[in-house]
Amino acid sequence: MNMIQAINSALDLLLARDPDIVVMGEDVGYFGGVFRATEGLQKKYGKTRVFDTPITELGIVGVSVGMAAYGLRPVPEIQFADYIYPALDQLVSEAARLRYRSAGEFTAPITVRSPFGGGIFGGQTHSQSPEGIFTHVAGLKTVIPSNPHDAKGLLIAAIEDNDPVIFFEPKRIYNGPFDGHYDRPARAWSGHPEAEVPEGYYRIPLGTARIVREGNDVTILCYGTMVHVATSVVAEKGVDAEVIDLRTLVPLDIETIEASVKKTGRCVVVHEATRTGGFGAELSALVQEHCFHSLEAPVERVTGWDTPYPHSLEWAYFPGPVRLGEALRRVMEE
Amino acid sequence: MADEGPGRNLRPLTLHVPEPRFRPGDVVDFGDLHLPGAGETRRPPIDSAPADMRELCYQLVRVLDEEGRAVGPWDPKLAPERLLMMLRQMALVRAFDERMYRAQRQGKTSFYLKCTGEEATSVAAAHALHRDDMCFPSYRQQGLLIARDWPLVDMMCQIYSNAGDRLKGRQMPILYSAKEASFFSLSGNLATQCPQAVGWAMASAARGDTRIAAAWCGEGSTAEGDFHSAMTFAAVYRAPVILNVINNQWAISSFSGFAGAEATTFAARAIGYGIAGLRVDGNDALAVHAATEWAAERARNNHGPTLIEHFTYRSEGHSTSDDPARYRAADERSAWPLGDPIERLSGHVTRLGLWDAERQAAMERELAEQVRLAAREAEKQGVLGNGMHQPLSTMFEDVFEEMPWHLKEQARQMREEGEAAGL
Repeated sequence: MNMIQAINSALDLLLARDPDIVVMGEDVGYFGGVFRATEGLQKKYGKTRVFDTPITELGIVGVSVGMAAYGLRPVPEIQFADYIYPALDQLVSEAARLRYRSAGEFTAPITVRSPFGGGIFGGQTHSQSPEGIFTHVAGLKTVIPSNPHDAKGLLIAAIEDNDPVIFFEPKRIYNGPFDGHYDRPARAWSGHPEAEVPEGYYRIPLGTARIVREGNDVTILCYGTMVHVATSVVAEKGVDAEVIDLRTLVPLDIETIEASVKKTGRCVVVHEATRTGGFGAELSALVQEHCFHSLEAPVERVTGWDTPYPHSLEWAYFPGPVRLGEALRRVMEE
Repeated sequence: MADEGPGRNLRPLTLHVPEPRFRPGDVVDFGDLHLPGAGETRRPPIDSAPADMRELCYQLVRVLDEEGRAVGPWDPKLAPERLLMMLRQMALVRAFDERMYRAQRQGKTSFYLKCTGEEATSVAAAHALHRDDMCFPSYRQQGLLIARDWPLVDMMCQIYSNAGDRLKGRQMPILYSAKEASFFSLSGNLATQCPQAVGWAMASAARGDTRIAAAWCGEGSTAEGDFHSAMTFAAVYRAPVILNVINNQWAISSFSGFAGAEATTFAARAIGYGIAGLRVDGNDALAVHAATEWAAERARNNHGPTLIEHFTYRSEGHSTSDDPARYRAADERSAWPLGDPIERLSGHVTRLGLWDAERQAAMERELAEQVRLAAREAEKQGVLGNGMHQPLSTMFEDVFEEMPWHLKEQARQMREEGEAAGL
């Protein structure tokens, strides 16, 4: 399966298992979603389980919170992560705090799915990676898969989780892995080991990272599309790096990170999002706090620049193989 | 391009910034406020098309006339016990407000907010709903809890953030949550409850349930995007929901003109969305009951949502942190033409021969005593000023269903820092 099919499979499976689950969002019903993630679901489960909504992100999330308070388990879609901002108040002030402020009387077990990330010439409003905004919010969980197998298992875990989850889907790798070599022909998921997706039910617990490649010289912390950039660069450069796909940013798998950096003594953090205040800053601080005596070099951050996401200059912005390669060289030279 | 700049032969534009009619020191005269008389507004069938009842958005559903008679098609014809219970609960809300306001002034809590003059908009509405209809209130609907017999001591413990506070001292005073009373957790963020109520109602409909939802927000909050989203969703899915706008004329220091009241009514917002709209005398408990009952019946029969504007007046300051003398005329309250909701209902039951001034006075004394005893009971479990009443570790609970490692670590750090400092 490709990642779209894996997500569709997760939704299909859970809609069949749990009558409380509803899927909603702009164009998700009859049409099956602008990325086809919800294709066929309305026909199979009916319009009261899978339906189209007005174009109002705050409404989509606000209504989801109310449905959750009733006892349903909504899975709203925000068409692009760049358009999640109108819903911020409902996410930050309401969904994230409902359990806390009501001392558990009311909860918001919603999973907000949203395509995110760049590398598709999406320009300023179809490329953003706003995960750092959500990891900063107490009460929200943030999940980002990097392949079809994880996407299905993590989405099932996210929907079944009783806390609100932001589930960002890297749209650049919906149809195939992308290692940042934009000048090479696009690849499909077929044949990739992580594209082997079971038809049935399985879940990947939130808060568990995956060691994509074991290594001894440097730890690379990444998620989403950047997992593929990292593994590709490591292979090209012949660096014995340990590549860790975080998969869940909150809660974070600190044990896997700590064990790895203590082993390697070096760490590079990679994400597409802008640098200042990004999740990489949190990772860097945690590595420094937990592994200070093991570090042999400063923690490097390879991120998007602190600019809006540009259109024509996309490949100068995107933290691709050249920039990651340079960071690895610097951190190894220390 | 200079000849296209300022100074060319065109009239300059002007910016209109609304200004309330009366400021501190002004003589108040509401004489030109157009208010239809009691009984003048028609009562349409509950399955009316919204387009067929548009004029109701500019009129006023009123039942109680100047002499305290219940007149016209909206008279809910309530039984005497019901009338007296509503009167008693409205008076209890006022007594509760008085006591808690004083408690704040005495330093027993950080904040309080009265609903004086608006008691009917929650108490009478609650009487027209079923107890399991879910209410999504704003912070000025304490009457919903009192109408649903929620224990005063429980409310006060929340206000005092004391050991008996079911919300564990996490919320500012009055931001109650009472699921058992179908009273949704209050948020400080305005109007967020509006789309949530619509979502709850949609869920109820999707499940083939029979329960409906109701939301309340102030007229100031209708300017929030949430209100627009709620109206859109309510209309699109014909959600079984009642959206109540309490137009009490003031949003802190901003008069209703800053929410658009100079141009139209708040009930008329319904017209553009294609949902039923009613405008009600919010100080007339019978009118509030009748309109809510109409909207509830409409929702229960799958005829869709209703927007109700409750036309009322915020008699006191916005909160204990506010001084209305700084922005509005002092005698607005006494000049307000729709009077006081408790006095009007009391006048009505008196006219029916069920009541008199003596019984009213005795009831007010009794309620004040009831509230005083409840406050004493609540204060036994502590008040805000005399220490923290929750185990410190509870601060980290309920952020998530299960506490993740980073919160456990922070809880441990807090404990160790406290111990190191000798606390």
